[in-house]
Amino acid sequence: MDLLSNLGLGLSTALQWQNVLFCLIGVALGTAVGVLPGIGPTATVAMLLPITFSFDDPTAALIMLAGIYYGAQYGGSTTAILINLPGESSSAVTAIDGHEMARAGRAGPALAAAAIGSFIAGTFATLVLAVAAPALANVALGFGSAEFFSLVVLGLIMSITLAAGSPLKAVAMIVLGVLLATVGQDQFTGTPRFTFGERELYDGLNFVSVAVGVFGVAEILRNLHDPERREKIVEKVTNLWPSREDFRRIAGPIARGTGVGSVLGVLPGGGHVLASYASYAVEKKVSNNPRSFGRGAIEGVAGPESANNAAAQTSFIPLLTLGIPAHPVMALMIGAFIIQGIVPGPAVMEREPELVWGLIASMWVGNLLLVLLNLPLIGLWVRMLTVPYAVLFPSIVVFASIGTYALDQNPFHVLAIAFFGLVGFVLVRCGCEPAPLLLGFVLGPLLEQHLRRALLLSHGDPMTFLTRPVSASLLALAALALIVVALPAVRRKREEVFVEEE
Amino acid sequence: MATSGRRAGLLRFGAALAPLSLLAACGGGGGDPADYPEDNIEIIVPFAAGGPTDTVTRLITEPMAEELGVELVVQNVEGAGGTVAAGQVAEAEADGYTVLMHHIGMSTAPTLYPDLDFAPEEDFKTVGLVTEVPMTVIARKDFEPTTLEELAAYVEENADTVTLANAGIGSASHLCGVLMQQAMGVEVQEVPYDGTGPAMEDLVGGQVDFLCDQTTNTSQQISEGTVKAYAVTTPEPVESLPDLPTAAEAGLPDLEVTVWHGLYVPAETPDEIVEKLTSALQTALQDQGVIDQMADLGTAPVAQDQATPDAHSELLSAEIDKWSEVLSGIQAE
Repeated sequence: MDLLSNLGLGLSTALQWQNVLFCLIGVALGTAVGVLPGIGPTATVAMLLPITFSFDDPTAALIMLAGIYYGAQYGGSTTAILINLPGESSSAVTAIDGHEMARAGRAGPALAAAAIGSFIAGTFATLVLAVAAPALANVALGFGSAEFFSLVVLGLIMSITLAAGSPLKAVAMIVLGVLLATVGQDQFTGTPRFTFGERELYDGLNFVSVAVGVFGVAEILRNLHDPERREKIVEKVTNLWPSREDFRRIAGPIARGTGVGSVLGVLPGGGHVLASYASYAVEKKVSNNPRSFGRGAIEGVAGPESANNAAAQTSFIPLLTLGIPAHPVMALMIGAFIIQGIVPGPAVMEREPELVWGLIASMWVGNLLLVLLNLPLIGLWVRMLTVPYAVLFPSIVVFASIGTYALDQNPFHVLAIAFFGLVGFVLVRCGCEPAPLLLGFVLGPLLEQHLRRALLLSHGDPMTFLTRPVSASLLALAALALIVVALPAVRRKREEVFVEEE
Repeated sequence: MATSGRRAGLLRFGAALAPLSLLAACGGGGGDPADYPEDNIEIIVPFAAGGPTDTVTRLITEPMAEELGVELVVQNVEGAGGTVAAGQVAEAEADGYTVLMHHIGMSTAPTLYPDLDFAPEEDFKTVGLVTEVPMTVIARKDFEPTTLEELAAYVEENADTVTLANAGIGSASHLCGVLMQQAMGVEVQEVPYDGTGPAMEDLVGGQVDFLCDQTTNTSQQISEGTVKAYAVTTPEPVESLPDLPTAAEAGLPDLEVTVWHGLYVPAETPDEIVEKLTSALQTALQDQGVIDQMADLGTAPVAQDQATPDAHSELLSAEIDKWSEVLSGIQAE
């Protein structure tokens, strides 16, 4: 009954009119900044964080920040769907099918599926947070580098077996992504790698530059190259709301995405990064019609968006229970806590129950407000697609450049956009997809970092991956996945599929 | 209460969006130093928003802004151990509208990055020290040794098997770890992490043995008892951690290190402007809110005579010498 009274306390705090108002302002601000191309949740929260510093009431400040976070996340998905410009790794997955839907005139249902999926996932994950936070945090602590390495291996192998188009090209793209991610100072020795003496490259390539380049700018170049491709969109913008059939199709993905995201979000060391990719892989695997993925499958939008939001929610668990930030946005939240004179940690839940449970409840309220705010706006967003190209394309490039520059005032990242735009265009012309490249780029550092750290911790003994049970099970699963692909019968079936596609 | 907060919030919102508008809030220049400041001042923080250095900066900007009568806009320019930001400020207009906040990393940069395109002592004027954050030696909860002396003995005996975490090459915890190994006369397996958060997570989870890090990052875990703490690295005990001896008291006198923070402006900045900044800094450091919030972080503002250009320059020069010796052989190249 503790739980009920806690949730009651939280709701009564979150539903105070001024807190609802701050949550709404946060969601609206977050969405407004998040829809700027190339600006993802981390950048948005960092930019808007100082607003809350002057608040007298820490609860209001944190509730508003949480609102900004969710708003920014949804705003990022909006640009990913409409103009193929993901602002953070999670929405790169949304862009794959979401933008194809937009091109087919189904931007409305894609946006609605994202919003509804996020809300349901958010509701469930809030409950998880309320019920199981301390228990889950302790499980997550047992998840060391060896386990994480094995999880990433499993993720990469799954993504190879499930790639759209040519698997060989997908592998090539993942490898290219991993290689691009090695640029910069080696985290373990400080040795610069592939920096060509340029200090700008010491910290590696910026995710936003790569994503905006290979997705957004490449998309624009494609449209310019092929006038027919761009004519199509405007004529087709018709239905704004998902059909009954759409609702039937997204129910399963939302449920599975929520589960996948809730689990991965708790893991330290980058679990949230995997959530949307993992959900996409799962959906494609269980789908009766895997060929539709990459061509505008609504399941490919609903699943990852739900997973992403669930993970965003459960990634608060290590922060609230242990005072340890699991990813950059959480580190920002810690900064906000401290500025408000609260040091997050295990005791915060007991010392400031109103704040913690108010925050948890406000996450749910924030998700609700997000749906209420965004569903009516879908029509407006979609109309953005009807803006004449002569205006739309230059504005996208300008806003993307400003957004990337604003990240850390470094003009180099803006130049990198142009470079990766050309790279992306060439790759697309060669029939290579940008999504696996981005996957490799995001997971590459995790793969290397956890491999090397696990080996440092075991004093060089590679058996650490097999003697730790969780790690061993994950590797066994990865091996199984490889065998399944290698089986001749399966391979024949795959080939048929691809022949049909060509 | 909420309304006034919101109004102030909206004001700061404008400040937060300054980079977006591309109208950098600073850089006007050309004015008479006597009229300074006429425009908003940009404070460059070389590390991520929300991190300890950023937090310390934001704590002092509000009272400083009040004193100077203009907004202080915090900009986070991350990269290469803070050298990207420092390089940027070294080349900025010397009009007092671009100020750099930097920590101990300013003194290690010449050793860690031999091809640095700025010189900490020649390209900047010091404004004053801000705070000296103590560091703590901590370990996983079930680690065998219970005192720093026992730890030193245990580490010596088990040098092949113990693991020492740090928050990344060049980070304060890395520096402290190097110094600690020298003080103990052993070399152990160092395990770098991507920041303090992940390192702390593995320490609390028992994946790695011990760690030296700033009180800003460790105080909470120490008081909750989720980690074991041995000592602080300051000459004096730390008020907020009364149970911890200093490293010297616990038998390692050579383990003395603090993460000192200071403000810098480009070398050509007129002295009149530096004086105004120093005086605003001194006022801010006496602000009760700043004192209280720093105490929560396990640190304190420096004494008034330390928040001066001279004291700051002296420490910078001494630290550059100290670290070039300690760190010789572990350069980034």
